Amino acid sequence: MNAPLQPIHFHRPIGELVQSDRVHTSLYTDPAIFDDEMENIFRNTWVWVAHVSEVPDVGSYKTHWVGKEPVIVVRDRKKQVRVLLNRCRHRAATVCEHKKGKANTFVCPYHGWSYALDGSLRGVPHPESYGDILDKAEHPLVNLRVEEYAGMVFATFKDAIEPLVDYLGPAKKWMDLFMKQGGSFPIKVGGEHRFTFPGNWKIQLENTTDAYHFPLVHRSFLHSVDKQTEEMLDFVGGKGYVEDLGNGHSVMVMIPDLIDLEADLERPIPDRYTELAEALRAEGHEEPKVRQIVRAVGGSGFNLNLFPNIACSMAFFRVLQPISVNKTEIHHSVILMDGGPPAGNRARLRMHEHFQGPLGFGTPDDSEAWERVQAGAHAGRDLWVLLNRGLPAEKRTADGVAGDVSAETGMRAAYQQWKKLMTA
Amino acid sequence: MNTTLLQEATAFIWAESDMLDHNEYQDWLQLWAPEGIYVIPIDQNETDHENTLNYAYDDAQMRHKRVARLTGGEAISSAPVARTVRNVSRLRLLSDDGTKLTVRCAQHLREFRKDRFREHTSDVTYELLREGQGFRIHRKIVKLINSTDTLTAVGYIL
Repeated sequence: MNAPLQPIHFHRPIGELVQSDRVHTSLYTDPAIFDDEMENIFRNTWVWVAHVSEVPDVGSYKTHWVGKEPVIVVRDRKKQVRVLLNRCRHRAATVCEHKKGKANTFVCPYHGWSYALDGSLRGVPHPESYGDILDKAEHPLVNLRVEEYAGMVFATFKDAIEPLVDYLGPAKKWMDLFMKQGGSFPIKVGGEHRFTFPGNWKIQLENTTDAYHFPLVHRSFLHSVDKQTEEMLDFVGGKGYVEDLGNGHSVMVMIPDLIDLEADLERPIPDRYTELAEALRAEGHEEPKVRQIVRAVGGSGFNLNLFPNIACSMAFFRVLQPISVNKTEIHHSVILMDGGPPAGNRARLRMHEHFQGPLGFGTPDDSEAWERVQAGAHAGRDLWVLLNRGLPAEKRTADGVAGDVSAETGMRAAYQQWKKLMTA
Repeated sequence: MNTTLLQEATAFIWAESDMLDHNEYQDWLQLWAPEGIYVIPIDQNETDHENTLNYAYDDAQMRHKRVARLTGGEAISSAPVARTVRNVSRLRLLSDDGTKLTVRCAQHLREFRKDRFREHTSDVTYELLREGQGFRIHRKIVKLINSTDTLTAVGYIL
């Protein structure tokens, strides 16, 4: 018989695994810690589930997860967004198997129990066998608490939790800024690239606030873009910064000129957008509109990391889904202008395909680096992962603390929140 | 059935497959019509690839960039490069208007990289333009049968 799996942190209280400048390697490798995370983090905080554009109409739904638990995000008859556990209250089968779609009801395929869009149990075939022992009102699909900000829908298992807006805190103003990339149009999720990598979810969480890796890991991408773009993306050592926004959230500003996409519209149009500007004029747009769209089309100059599972990252949403201690699923959702000019949306689609996804020029190299982190983390079971970059020059700000653009301030912020929830 | 034409198209497509499995990318680039598009869609039923999200939507410029990336040695996901062997079969001539023919086939590709063996199964549609005695690729649409599932990095050309 094999020896029982011994958690690597057996000799150390969990609170000691996260220090102010480092985290213990078992945070990437210990299955027992992963199980605790699903309970103490993903069942105890606000978790992102959708952008409102993914459920535009009554009956529009998508399936997703909160932690490891499958949910249906659906707009009910009163146009309220519901997040329902995807589990029949009879004998547990999932009641919805599609990634997205439109429905009037959710019907369990096993015995035909049917549920309304708000989760209430409507139909039970052949109810006579239950006599009077089955009260349908007691067996709806389980509803999670749901709140929205800036079109982002979050759900939580924890009823006694602070309002979403309080949890987001100073991150709210960055969400508002990020949504300006619709270029005066509402933004719309236009599909996503889904891929997995063999590594822990926090490796990806860190990456969204890691400017340090960009020039090295993405050298081949940088050599595939025009000179102006390459210079714009040469931000390590530049004037950007990383700011801890509290509650594990952080923003990494890589290109300060692109914080507010509605400002500085009089600036010259970059060479790479000359053709797009011409196409927009040809579509009949006035010059101010052309400038607004062109400025917005490349996305924001920052990555906003919202703990634990969503990032507003330059021109896309990064959704993080833990699968197991050493497997993570990532979705990169493309953001389009809803009702916007086709030429502008095509530019956004091609830009997304260029970098993101399993055949992009960026994602596969990130994925390779993350896989290497996971493999290396199995060497030296009592070593630490260093997160002290940028510490000496960190300064207090109105919203928290900030370091230089390649400081590990955002990772430190996330791990302090991790520690808070894991030791609560 | 025009078996001669089917044989000619098959020989062309097999040569393309052989070039890709043997990293003969410069020759591969020459097979394309200048306005040709290489597409790997996500949604199998989508026909408007230009206005929707794909895994790849490469015009001539992007094809050249993709080749430069795969052969440049700077991309850690392509160093080492994956070894691939693809079988292309079940070829069927769907249409022929005298200048352009459409051929659909099955592609079963096996990949080995580092310590991992993977496979990718696709339904591939070619639109080929007649040119002299041969063809140029106008469209190559690779529909992975698992395109709507989560994928892993693909460091080569399907």
